[in-house]
Amino acid sequence: MPADFISSLFVFILSAFLGIELIKRVSPLLHTPLMSLTNALDAIVLVAAIIIAGRHETRLSTILGLIAVAASFSNMVGGFVITDRMLGMFKTGKPAKKS
Amino acid sequence: MNPADIQQLIDVTYIAAAIGFILAIKWLSSPVSAMRGVLIGEIASAIAVTATLFDPQVTHYKWIIITLIIGAGVGVPLGLVKMTAVPQRTALSHAFGALSAALIGVAEYYVAAPNVPKFEMAEIGLEVIIGSLTFTGSVIAAGKLQEWLPQRPITYKGQNYVSLTVLASALILMVVLVVHPEFTHLFPAMIGVALIFGIMLVTPIGGADMPTVISLLNSYAGFSAALLGFVLSNKVLIVAGALDGASGFILSVIMCKAMNRSFTNVLFGAFGQVQPKSAGAKEERPVKSASPEDAAAILAAANKVVIVPGYGMAVAQAQHKVRELYDILTKKGIDVRFGIHPVAGRMPGHMNVLLAEADIPYDRLMEMDSINGDLPQTDVALVIGANDVTNPAARTDQSSPIYGMPIIDVDKARTVMVIKRSMAAGFAGIDNPLYYLDNTLMLFGDAKKFVSEIVQQLSGSGH
Repeated sequence: MPADFISSLFVFILSAFLGIELIKRVSPLLHTPLMSLTNALDAIVLVAAIIIAGRHETRLSTILGLIAVAASFSNMVGGFVITDRMLGMFKTGKPAKKS
Repeated sequence: MNPADIQQLIDVTYIAAAIGFILAIKWLSSPVSAMRGVLIGEIASAIAVTATLFDPQVTHYKWIIITLIIGAGVGVPLGLVKMTAVPQRTALSHAFGALSAALIGVAEYYVAAPNVPKFEMAEIGLEVIIGSLTFTGSVIAAGKLQEWLPQRPITYKGQNYVSLTVLASALILMVVLVVHPEFTHLFPAMIGVALIFGIMLVTPIGGADMPTVISLLNSYAGFSAALLGFVLSNKVLIVAGALDGASGFILSVIMCKAMNRSFTNVLFGAFGQVQPKSAGAKEERPVKSASPEDAAAILAAANKVVIVPGYGMAVAQAQHKVRELYDILTKKGIDVRFGIHPVAGRMPGHMNVLLAEADIPYDRLMEMDSINGDLPQTDVALVIGANDVTNPAARTDQSSPIYGMPIIDVDKARTVMVIKRSMAAGFAGIDNPLYYLDNTLMLFGDAKKFVSEIVQQLSGSGH
């Protein structure tokens, strides 16, 4: 078992527990933006894609890495754009707006 | 700076990014701080990505820049879709996320193959299997939501056994690869089988179960990213993946509870098949119907109104007309609120986003549990495009397939009005006793047209 595995597991378990506690507190009102935001954050796999594409080890690994760069960056950009848009729509304010 | 220093600096930015991600989700707890949450998430991602571009391992930039531009070119339009299309966009982004995680795993494998240490092989194998099945599963889900594929469940006899056999084959191939890393030709076979399993996983699931499925796929996409973090010993991937995975997991649990069903039942139950009629002799019962004029008069005489929207409202694109109705009733001093069932719509929270887009203040949008206590004191409950989530049989009829599912108790309001195209049963094919109650009025017609007729009546009556 690689030494890294234990420290990775450590980080994973703590993050998962923290995630569960935090996400439980997210208002159901915002469950759709929650999903698009976590999607955008998850797109951080982009950093791994950049490294594998930029290392240029084999042609195959470079091509796969580049596809991953495009796919994950599109998730990152799209996820933040749509979350921003959705949250901008949630307005409080007094009833009786003008129609 | 020497490469080791740069590497350390990059790691520091990854820690900063992880903190940013955690704060982003923390601040999403309320609509007031949510915008700040998105901003810190954006900053955190930007810092980590920028730092990575300076990683000494990265030597070739040209194609990375080009593919980043392509990614932005795809991502921005996908961020600008209409709110009704958000569920399919989300499914597609699960597909992209899983695809990138799987491809990076595949690349890592082929760089090292055939000398892959056993433990690493197991990590890569699991990661690629989950990533691949999430990819095809999400593509199918997106296709169903976009209505390119039939929304109804597609099933055949013995399906669950076939699907499980396929999943087992993928896992067996992985185990063989762990034991015999030199059998590199098995790797593509394992990917192929996992891709097929993803298709088989989602095809039998019906449109109305999409909120659960989309949450489950979200969770898988997150866990595949976290597993990739294990493969690469990259902690920021583990943090982001665990947060995403936990989020999808919690949402699926909430969705399952809201339907009183288990995971296995959603995944393997193929709900929405022809259900046996519970206790026959239900046909030919009288219903009372009403015209827009009647409906407008009843609404105008009410003090408290609760509107219960469902997916039908989104299909009819009626949300903006509903906003007009909300405005006109509110101006008359009537208290109007919305009762939102957790599984209304095609993904968690979908109704809230649609109503927020139509400029309805979010403090008027009530969760099921908080509105149910108020329904007995409500004058009019207006159901628009919702069916099964208002079916009182879920409370009373033990033989009903949806018995035990929490519902919005509209039947307890003094008057219930249901806008519906016809008496056809809902997606589950279950008769709704609500429609035959003495205090229920059926408003037959298209949701958008009917609501606008009510609005006309209300504004025409002068005030």
